[in-house]
Amino acid sequence: MAEITLIEGVRQGMDEELARDDRVFLVGEDVGPRGGVFRATQGLFEKYGPERVIDSPLAELSIVGVGIGAALYGMRPICEIQFADFIHPAFNQIVNEAAKLCYRSNGEWTAPMVIRAPYGGGIGGGLYHSQSVEAFFAHVPGLKVVIPSNPHDAKGLLKSAVRDPNPVLFFEPKKGYRLIRGEVPEDEPDLTVPIGPANISRSGSDISVFAYGMMHHYCLAAAETVAEEGIDVELVDLRTLYPVDRETILESVRKTGKALIVYEDNLTGGYGAEIAALIAEAAFTHLDGPIRRLAGPDVPAMPYSHPLQDWFMLNPEKIAAAIRDLVAY
Amino acid sequence: MSLANETLLEMYWVMLLSRRLDERAWILHRQGKIAFHISGIGHEAAQVATGFALNRGTDWLVPYYRDLALMLAWGLTPREFMLGLMGKSGDPSSGARQMPSHWGLRRLNVVSHSSPVATQTTHAAGIGLGAKMRGDDIVILTTIGEGSTSQGEWYEGVNWAAIHRLPVIFLVENNTYAISVRQERQMAVSNVADKAPGLGLPGFVLDGTDVFEVHRSVHEAAARARSGEGPTLLEARVHRMTPHSSDDDDRTYRPREEVEEMKAQDPVNRYRNTLMERGVLDEPIDEEMQAKAKSVVEDAVEHAEAAPYPSVEEAQYPVYAEDVREAIHG
Repeated sequence: MAEITLIEGVRQGMDEELARDDRVFLVGEDVGPRGGVFRATQGLFEKYGPERVIDSPLAELSIVGVGIGAALYGMRPICEIQFADFIHPAFNQIVNEAAKLCYRSNGEWTAPMVIRAPYGGGIGGGLYHSQSVEAFFAHVPGLKVVIPSNPHDAKGLLKSAVRDPNPVLFFEPKKGYRLIRGEVPEDEPDLTVPIGPANISRSGSDISVFAYGMMHHYCLAAAETVAEEGIDVELVDLRTLYPVDRETILESVRKTGKALIVYEDNLTGGYGAEIAALIAEAAFTHLDGPIRRLAGPDVPAMPYSHPLQDWFMLNPEKIAAAIRDLVAY
Repeated sequence: MSLANETLLEMYWVMLLSRRLDERAWILHRQGKIAFHISGIGHEAAQVATGFALNRGTDWLVPYYRDLALMLAWGLTPREFMLGLMGKSGDPSSGARQMPSHWGLRRLNVVSHSSPVATQTTHAAGIGLGAKMRGDDIVILTTIGEGSTSQGEWYEGVNWAAIHRLPVIFLVENNTYAISVRQERQMAVSNVADKAPGLGLPGFVLDGTDVFEVHRSVHEAAARARSGEGPTLLEARVHRMTPHSSDDDDRTYRPREEVEEMKAQDPVNRYRNTLMERGVLDEPIDEEMQAKAKSVVEDAVEHAEAAPYPSVEEAQYPVYAEDVREAIHG
């Protein structure tokens, strides 16, 4: 077992799928000789050539729209949006086209494709290199929304996303690209992680904490901290946000009686609101405290200046405090 | 290339059929039997000539909502059109999920499209990219109105095809109006085709009421695409002889004289006269074809009226590709 970074998991996943299936190709800004601004596609241009690793014009909706067309023709595009903040011009293509093709054609046409985008803050990216956009898309039937929290899942979920017959949005926690390391088997060419099931990454009995991506990483640290104080946290890594694994969530709440949902996005209308609603509707009688959300503040986006960024971002300390508070309720 | 008399008559038949189906759709709307109709009356010559210049069944079509005549030329049946119009089970475009004239026909490589305009343009480029990657000898035709070429989506799609020399024909059916807004308020150039040089592909303005000119131009553009020379922008000047849709009233924005003038240039009449002058068509044959069109339309209406609505259960599927088996095979 080799320890690799999260971004290396992403890169390996793409490399293996490109090697496995010649219908798979990459398209995005700077994905070619540059290897991507984060280096997610490093070496792939040299290995697979300019026809399968395509530098797109600087126009996001065309990356997705052209990807949809290629998918309709039977190809398996992996479209890279350089930062999730820049996905908005492609919103129409994702929501009105990719998501609805199967339904609107009564199953005659589908758009099997992956749209990758680094998301999240804490890297000095200011308003437009820090956004979390999952809530916009986890509202849309026809899409699948996946966010990995570690190298193993990044690789395995990405490979599953490429093989999925539907449009899959794959958001990667960019702060964790090199920060989050983990073991991934080297000799398992077909390592996949199924889209759908959540992962109980830490079993516990006092409180259920639900998170994904970078916040899952912080929640793990917070859980270790409060464990020393005798608080036994169950941490659920949601991994697939849509369609979400309802049963794992509800089962955990039934066991612990307390639910804290942690997400980096703005609080109001954020993804965690849906998890809170699900728990309130289906596990109300098992609760012995209010469902709590710990999330970003309701300002338009993350500021650049370091102290302002820190004010916006969650961290293990803030999460530990929220855990203590809810456990004490 | 010269066209056989048989083909010339076949094109006339499709134009005639399209006109009669379209007129019937307006009547069905006024009778309260359908919720919506969007018309292609005035566009028939350009559409039919275009369809006949391509390899229908092998080439790919990424259409827009005004393309009834093109769809009939491509192989949609009158019964299928009427099923879609009435929202009945068996509509091949969408299983009666979409509004009428939102085409899609998998068996003939016609890609499903939506209502937001110009979203189809990048799809055509992507299909072209896929075909080029696989080395397939196909042409992709995508159509659009002139107003929709104001969208950034359109520029981005055409730009892609030009950069990668993709085998795509961008046909703009310019009828001067985007609902109520005239072309002068859509673009500063006189012709949509004038945008082509700035995007790096050839562009031509065509008389969209001239079957022969359109057929020849599309044929040439297809030859260019097949030989790897890349995309072409064709702008067919046509008349929208009706309001935008059944929900529109064009009396509020265009003078009646203009509409009357257009009707005098009716492309179906023009083509009929040309065929008569050439001795390809005569009054008895025309009358026979008119009678046949009437009965085919009647049959389509009766068929669709007798057809069941989809069951409510069908509305739940297919959201994901995994549902498709369940949706189609019950």
